[in-house]
Amino acid sequence: MKPINNKAWLLVLPVVLCVAFSAVIPLMTVVNYSVQDILSPEQKVFVGTEWFKTVLRDPELHGALLRQIIFSATVLAIEIPLGIMLALALPAAGWRSSLALVLLAMPLLIPQNVVGTIWQIYGRTDIGLGGVALHALGTEYNYASNSLHAWLTVVVMDVWHWTPLIALLAFAGLRAIPEAYYQAARIDGASRWAVFRYIQLPKMRGVLLIGLLLRFMDSFMIYTEPFVLTGGGPGNATTFLSQYLTQKAVGQFDLGPAAAFSLVYFLIILLACFVFYTLLQQSQSADQKG
Amino acid sequence: MKKRYFGLVLYLVFAILPIYWMLNMSLKTNEEITGVFSLWPHQLTFANFRTILTDPAWYGGYINSLIYVGINTVLSVAVALPAAYAFSRYQFLGDKHLFFWLLTNRMSPPAVFLLPFFQLYSSVGLFDTHIAVAMAHMLFNVPLAVWILEGFMSGIPREIDETAYIDGYSFPRFFLRIFIPLIGAGIGVTAFFCFMFSWVELLLARTLTSVNAKPIVAIMTRTVSAAGMDWGVLAAAGVLTIVPGALVIWFVRNYIAKGFAMGRV
Amino acid sequence: MEWMAWTPTVAYFFSAVGVMLLGMTIWQIVSPSIPRRGFLPLVTTRGDRLFLGLLSAAYISLAWTGLTDMNQWYGTAIAFTVLLIVMRWG
Repeated sequence: MKPINNKAWLLVLPVVLCVAFSAVIPLMTVVNYSVQDILSPEQKVFVGTEWFKTVLRDPELHGALLRQIIFSATVLAIEIPLGIMLALALPAAGWRSSLALVLLAMPLLIPQNVVGTIWQIYGRTDIGLGGVALHALGTEYNYASNSLHAWLTVVVMDVWHWTPLIALLAFAGLRAIPEAYYQAARIDGASRWAVFRYIQLPKMRGVLLIGLLLRFMDSFMIYTEPFVLTGGGPGNATTFLSQYLTQKAVGQFDLGPAAAFSLVYFLIILLACFVFYTLLQQSQSADQKG
Repeated sequence: MKKRYFGLVLYLVFAILPIYWMLNMSLKTNEEITGVFSLWPHQLTFANFRTILTDPAWYGGYINSLIYVGINTVLSVAVALPAAYAFSRYQFLGDKHLFFWLLTNRMSPPAVFLLPFFQLYSSVGLFDTHIAVAMAHMLFNVPLAVWILEGFMSGIPREIDETAYIDGYSFPRFFLRIFIPLIGAGIGVTAFFCFMFSWVELLLARTLTSVNAKPIVAIMTRTVSAAGMDWGVLAAAGVLTIVPGALVIWFVRNYIAKGFAMGRV
Repeated sequence: MEWMAWTPTVAYFFSAVGVMLLGMTIWQIVSPSIPRRGFLPLVTTRGDRLFLGLLSAAYISLAWTGLTDMNQWYGTAIAFTVLLIVMRWG
């Protein structure tokens, strides 16, 4: 057991102050905005829960939320298994491993809007390799006018960008397995699948949950990539929650509704965060026991 | 054995091709980009890169980005180190809730804080400074840094602390002279993640700057809309944004896997 | 401070949150909470239950606003009841 020491608060204080400055003050402000109609800095009317009423019944918001959930579920369903497969295929050590790791991690270091730019160029049917190739295969691919194609492009883009994170995490989990486990499995004549199911997967559980948490949250706030690609279009096919919120707050300067929506968004994140965090803690305490 | 590498190589090709395509375009003239479809540049030109490296409006963006990313990385790691030590070594009042609260900040969408951030930093006179962007990015980087470092520190046996205190080390001296060298790899990995998340972020960086501290990512988006489509220069700018990341990843390549395994991230 | 657009209601709300945090801290020092298992599917301390209760209360209030046209105070009353239930038996 860790010793109890309330002086440890002194060590935590700088972090608390830093984060509080950037988190608590803005949050209070958002709450203030959400209950007022701000016509100008001097003219403010208290409207109670009106904005929440408007926002919660806004069909556009429901659409954005639905698209968001489908999008997040889709990319998670692709990225997690794909990342695990990649991690299993990576060489364990040596220069091949280093090279593969560096190549794999490359997309992670590319700014979000450059990711958008890369795919914007890559997917174009006149000058982009991907777009031209798809046309050569006889499809009518065009992300600028076809909603489904735009959506698929954003999914592929996200998979391309973030699968490496899952792969790196899973790879790290795999490296932490002592060689003795594999030897024991070999002696028992365990199949490849059994090794994966009963040795590798349980050992990766912790890191995979972290990967799942990070990916869920980050995909849930995706903004830049679809913004650069098509600006949320065509129509609103790739308008996800953050995009919608930014349009409201910055584009139309509807402070009240934007703030109310921010708070709803924040509550969704808070609940999801709590669920994942609880799962993570349970898996960690299970690790320590077994 | 061959089969398992086949899939990996196929994926790596899928991963690298879009980047290659951008590099390819950055080395072409605009006539070649729009005129002919070529898999490699036929008229090799460095004019696009020259445009960027000689125009202050362009290269200034890189310098701005590097400054605020640098400030952010140093500050995030510096404040996170003692906090992570506290979390990994002691129990204290409200520790679990504090940790969770920190994490929620990593998870909350920047879009939510956009407007108040703009007004907060304007009201304290920090708008359009590197500090403002660095501070704003600390909102999500500090929690992450605490989280990663805490994992690393928990891997270091507590007996080391106790021995040092018995030997008469004071806390600051023990922390700086003994403890920090022990978690060098962890600090490296943490700095890598702070660098990465700050470098790739666009929304806050764009909102909090206008002229003096405008990051390269914001300059790129505006050029696209304003000057029509100068594909070559756009591609060259994109290629240059990848360079710092590629350098950083090359330096930490040996730590990434090891670091991940020791820490909990 | 002007740009934060304070209204009395929100100020009371955050004061209440502050008082609650302070109260919980003092309560914890005077008599430390023992983690226990209630009807919630996890072991919780007093603070955990307060958080979960507040979160549920927020969701209930929002659902009330979004789904019904009745007076908001009824929703708030239900939310507050749920908060108390979670605190006591959760």
